[in-house]
Amino acid sequence: MDLLYKVFLDPFVQMGTAPDLLVQTLWDGLVAGVLYSLIALGFVLIFKASGVFNFAQGIMVVFAALTLVGLHEKGVPAYLALAITLAVMFGLAVGVERLMLRPLVNQPDIILFMATFGLTYFLIGFGELVFGGNPKVMIASELGLPKGAVDINFAGGFVSLQKIDIAAAIIASLMVAALAVFFQKTRIGRALRAVADSHKAALSVGISLNQIWVIVWFAAGVVALATGIMWGARSEVSFALQIIALKALPVLILGGFTSIPGAIVGGLIIGIGEKVGEFYWGPLLGSGIETWLAYVIALVFLLFRPQGLFGEKIIERI
Amino acid sequence: MRAPDSESKTRVGDVLLAVEDVSLAFGGVKAISGVSFDIRQGEIRAIIGPNGAGKTSMLNVINGFYHPQQGRITFKGATRAKMRPYEAAAGGIARTFQNVALFRGMSALDNIMAGRTLKMNRSLIWQLLRFGPAMREEVEHRRFVEEIIDFLKIQEIRRTPVGRLPYGLQKRVELGRALAMEPELLLLDEPMAGMNLEEKEDMSRFILDVNDYYGTTIALIEHDMGVVMDLSDRVVVLDHGIKIADGTPAEVMKDQAVIDAYLGVSH
Repeated sequence: MDLLYKVFLDPFVQMGTAPDLLVQTLWDGLVAGVLYSLIALGFVLIFKASGVFNFAQGIMVVFAALTLVGLHEKGVPAYLALAITLAVMFGLAVGVERLMLRPLVNQPDIILFMATFGLTYFLIGFGELVFGGNPKVMIASELGLPKGAVDINFAGGFVSLQKIDIAAAIIASLMVAALAVFFQKTRIGRALRAVADSHKAALSVGISLNQIWVIVWFAAGVVALATGIMWGARSEVSFALQIIALKALPVLILGGFTSIPGAIVGGLIIGIGEKVGEFYWGPLLGSGIETWLAYVIALVFLLFRPQGLFGEKIIERI
Repeated sequence: MRAPDSESKTRVGDVLLAVEDVSLAFGGVKAISGVSFDIRQGEIRAIIGPNGAGKTSMLNVINGFYHPQQGRITFKGATRAKMRPYEAAAGGIARTFQNVALFRGMSALDNIMAGRTLKMNRSLIWQLLRFGPAMREEVEHRRFVEEIIDFLKIQEIRRTPVGRLPYGLQKRVELGRALAMEPELLLLDEPMAGMNLEEKEDMSRFILDVNDYYGTTIALIEHDMGVVMDLSDRVVVLDHGIKIADGTPAEVMKDQAVIDAYLGVSH
């Protein structure tokens, strides 16, 4: 009886009696969710266009952030460093297309997947060689990102919003909106969806696969850079950051591997679910459930929608 | 249905595409051996032959999917050892596929719009803003695509994801996408495969109309001999990767090698 009360009633009583804490938790979840969405988006872009699950997405986040901070450490002004980092990510996209995708075109997906492992270790080694392996501090204030917190009085208590989190949410929303319009409404977006559906048909209407691959890998690189800046500003820039890629996995399971809206909604559900679960139900299990709760949420969704929230329904004719 | 011979001779012009001595092998398997033929401006050219004769391989060579080990392809006066899919598309070669290759998740309209890819060239930034020149461009191309949709009589399905359409309509959307490229040479790989009589008649009508109104040169692979006789000006016959006959439908039908290839010959 006592346990049932603690599981099914007590958390909701707490939510009702301290609404400011609930809102704070939801906000924290939302911010985490926005970042998960961004990481998942990087995966979805590449998966849609080339059918490759890009294992290197996590390290691309680190590599982008590291390049930015590393350049600044070497005396390059912040905004110039940002521009150079974008150029580096573009170079990476071209390199991946030339040296990895082009020679491996038409090979089974698993081979391309393994190649992204190779890319991961290359980026780790290369990043360490050039910028060293020590954790660095993100140059958030140099880039004009706000510091400090805003406290809002709410229902007898107050809710504290970090300004950097507000900025992260806004930037991420803008990026996602821009990408969504880009892919739904433009010629290149149409070409990208076309490549995702059928390589040979895309080739026959004159779409260049190579060009599309460079574009999506660059887009994924830009998303990685944004993620790296936001996430780096909340903790630090180190190779340990790449494990956030693992956070994207339940998001992808939830949202479907091919859906941009799925990545966004999935990210928010996982982010909020995680924080709310940790805060209200965590103490029952001795806390720390944040690390695995996301997978449980994703598994529960999978039971009901195996294709994910927005994934394409798979109909197999037998 | 078909225009009389004398008229079709004036309609048919110079050589648009010529393949010379083309050979293609996959490892030890020879798909095409030393095949030469040409396709003239404005004609409907049929490529026929039993299963495994190398017909589809031939189309794949022409639009650059396969690169032959030997031989030359001359298209609009330029000779090269192999085409690339992009060059073929940019040069005005459009095609359809034997087993319909559409962008299944996209609407019929978007599929046909994808055929306009090479005709649209506003920069990314403009496209992203959907403003000014890019918007005008989109509208202009949309108008062209709507004409094709009217022509093919598929108005009511333009918003339907093509994966949900019945096979006959998918074939029609695929033809629409190829037409959106405003091709000079249209390659059709079994445009009537799997269709019922009524659908076949519709498709034949469309093919003749495309040829008449737009003056598009057409090369088609087809198994239905009645259709081939009705539609084509000249026929090339392949068997086991070798050309065994080339001429008007009536000539080819009488050819002993062709009859043997189709009916088998006693040894």
